[in-house]
Amino acid sequence: MAHYHSHDDDHPDNEFDPMTARVKALETILVSKGLVDPAAIDAIVDTYETKVGPRNGARVVAKAWTDPAYADWLKRDATAAIASLGYTGRQGEHMHAVFNTPETHNLVVCTLCSCYPWSVLGLPPVWYKSPPYRSRAVIDPRGVLAEFGVQLPSTTNIRVWDSTAELRYLVIPQRPAGTEALTEDQLAALVTRDAMIGTGLARVAP
Amino acid sequence: MNGPHDLGGQMGFGAVAPEPDEPYFHADWEKRALGLTLCSGALHKWNIDESRHARESLPPATYYAASYYEIWIRALETLLVRHNVITPDELASGRADEGPVATPPLKADRVPAMLARGGPCDRPVATAPRFAVGQRVRARNIHPEHHTRLPRYVRNHVGVIESARGGFVFPDANAHGQGEAPQHLYTVVFSARDLWGDDADPTLSVSIDAWESYLEPA
Repeated sequence: MAHYHSHDDDHPDNEFDPMTARVKALETILVSKGLVDPAAIDAIVDTYETKVGPRNGARVVAKAWTDPAYADWLKRDATAAIASLGYTGRQGEHMHAVFNTPETHNLVVCTLCSCYPWSVLGLPPVWYKSPPYRSRAVIDPRGVLAEFGVQLPSTTNIRVWDSTAELRYLVIPQRPAGTEALTEDQLAALVTRDAMIGTGLARVAP
Repeated sequence: MNGPHDLGGQMGFGAVAPEPDEPYFHADWEKRALGLTLCSGALHKWNIDESRHARESLPPATYYAASYYEIWIRALETLLVRHNVITPDELASGRADEGPVATPPLKADRVPAMLARGGPCDRPVATAPRFAVGQRVRARNIHPEHHTRLPRYVRNHVGVIESARGGFVFPDANAHGQGEAPQHLYTVVFSARDLWGDDADPTLSVSIDAWESYLEPA
């Protein structure tokens, strides 16, 4: 995949790099024709920059760690259990929570495109959408995990979930040891985005 | 289709490159690309399956050279022209040939509700499920030229039905204007050794979510 860098320094002020020009032209056409409201684009961007992101998923995980009834609900009906915390909608319509255990580690991928649980994790990172991850997660997940600095015992079972349909998977990482006294907020701070994809583990207690 | 998007098990793309504190967007145009894609979807001229198919139909060299938002924009241009929302001349010139012809269907104040609602695609299916949990099934050895969500790396391999997920819109039909044609959907688990041979990691299993017509009894 191409890596993006600013071309601003390479051009006079009135020129754009090719993708900026291309997207700007398309927006101009659609706005001129009355088909797109540019303020709606701003609102969409604002949603995923400031409102819908991995903090949502971290709240779900922290609640599952502290509330066995909630964890049970999450196992049975993740869409409803997650909606009860206010997280619903686009690319989270059909949620499924998969729980890591001492025996099994879960890892989520979309080999065919970029399916990702937006309602709880926000927009996917570039690596999740790129060929190296999508190609190798299903054949060499231990090699992929090593690139994230994660080494699992050789006896741990690895289960990879390829998101080929509209089910969206949220990994519930194992609760770190020594966190019995932490509040739900403090626990949520230990839950990284990567831990909820399966390419990371929850942070150790501070 | 056996397109460039069907990446499971491919080799040669190198290491994954996690980016510490990755920003949500790497350039301002990516923000506009996301917004334009979602706003254009609200025109309801196509569905998510057709848009996925437009992306995977990019020439392989283009697909692999593009960032994901570039893939989205290229596919969006295809869809807008295909459905006569804009003309090829407008796309080439970067200017609209006509003034406002409509009112944007998605106004800013409706964005939160639209995103919070999403687009559920579970549907009732009149027939009983053909397969039962625990049953061994083979992913069919099919190579359709149209859109499909059956990845190549499982085709002709045997797995086990782990869950029956109910009825869902069938992408192979829906991507091509043939209606939603819902089918039962199953989570099917394969052992890595069945997929990749005796040298595969014995601790690894991989699942896909498969529509009923992708499967046959094993």
